Amino acid sequence: MTNDEAYSYESPLTPESWGKLGMWIFLAADAMSFGGLLAGYGALRYVSQNWPDPKTALGINLTAFMTFLLICSSVTMVKGLSAVKRGDMKWGTIHLLLTMGGGIVFLGLQAYEWSHLIHEGMLLTGNPWGSPLFGPTFYITTGFHGLHVTGGVLYLALTVLMLRTGKWGANEVEITGLYWHFVDLIWILVFTFIYLL
Amino acid sequence: MTEHGTRAHAEHPEPNYMLVFILLAVLTGVEVGIVFLPLAKIFIGLMLVILAFTKAVMVAAYFMHLKFENKTLAIIAFTPIMLCVFLMLMLLPDSDPEAPGRQQPAPPVAAAEH
Repeated sequence: MTNDEAYSYESPLTPESWGKLGMWIFLAADAMSFGGLLAGYGALRYVSQNWPDPKTALGINLTAFMTFLLICSSVTMVKGLSAVKRGDMKWGTIHLLLTMGGGIVFLGLQAYEWSHLIHEGMLLTGNPWGSPLFGPTFYITTGFHGLHVTGGVLYLALTVLMLRTGKWGANEVEITGLYWHFVDLIWILVFTFIYLL
Repeated sequence: MTEHGTRAHAEHPEPNYMLVFILLAVLTGVEVGIVFLPLAKIFIGLMLVILAFTKAVMVAAYFMHLKFENKTLAIIAFTPIMLCVFLMLMLLPDSDPEAPGRQQPAPPVAAAEH
C-alpha cells in the first residue's frame, strides 16, 4: 500500500516511514523561518518607542476563538489518525474533513480580521496608532502563517483523496498530521507574541 | 520480506487526547485573561511565554507523538528553538532604543477614506 516496500532499509529514527523523518526535518527548518519572523518582530518592537498596544488595536476575542478553533482541528486530526490506524476509514475521512473545515473557517476569520484592520487604516505603510512597523510585522507574520494553513487545507484534501483511493494509509496520514499540528503550534506562538504580549 | 513500515516504537497506551485538548483550551483562556489583569508587564510577559511554550510542548509531545518517539527525533525538533533563542540574543546588541535614528517620528497615517 505504501512506498515503504520499495526500500530494503528503514529510516533510522522513524522506522514507520522515510516521509515521517523528512517531514520532521522540514518542520524544523520551517520553524526557523517563523523564528526569524518572530525574532525580527521582537527586535523591531523592542527598539520602537510608539508601538501600538495590540490588545486595543487588534481583536483579541476573535483571535482567541481562532486559537481555540485550531486546537480543536488538531484534536480532530489526531482522532482521524487514530481511526485510520484501526482501519476505520469512514471516521478517519470524517475527522480529516472536520480538520479541513476548521482550517477553512480559520482562514475565513483571518480574512475578516484583516479586512476590518485594513478598513481602520492599518496598512503595510502605516497605521493611525503608532509605529509604521506595526502593520508589516503583523501582516507578514500572520500572512505567512495563513499561507501555511492554506497549504495544509490543500494537503488535507489530497490526503482524503489518496485515502479514499487506497493509495495512502496510516503512515501518510500521520505525516499530514505532523504538518497540521505544526501549523497549530506556530499559531499558538504567533497569537501569544503578536496579539497578547 | 520484512514487514517494515509496521514495526514501530514500543507499544504504549494512546494518550488521553481529550484531556490534552481541555488543558490546551484552559491554558488559552488563562493566557487571554492574564493580559487584562493589573499586574507588572514583565510578569505578564513572563507568564505568557511560559504558558505559550507549555502549550507548544503539549502539542508536540502528545499530538505530534514526540513523547513516544526516538529521543534523537526530539533533539531534531528542539534544535530550532535553541537556534531561535540564539538569534534573539544575537539581535540584542543591535536593539538599543536610544541609538540615533531609532526614534520613530511616524506622523500617524490618516485612516483610509471610508
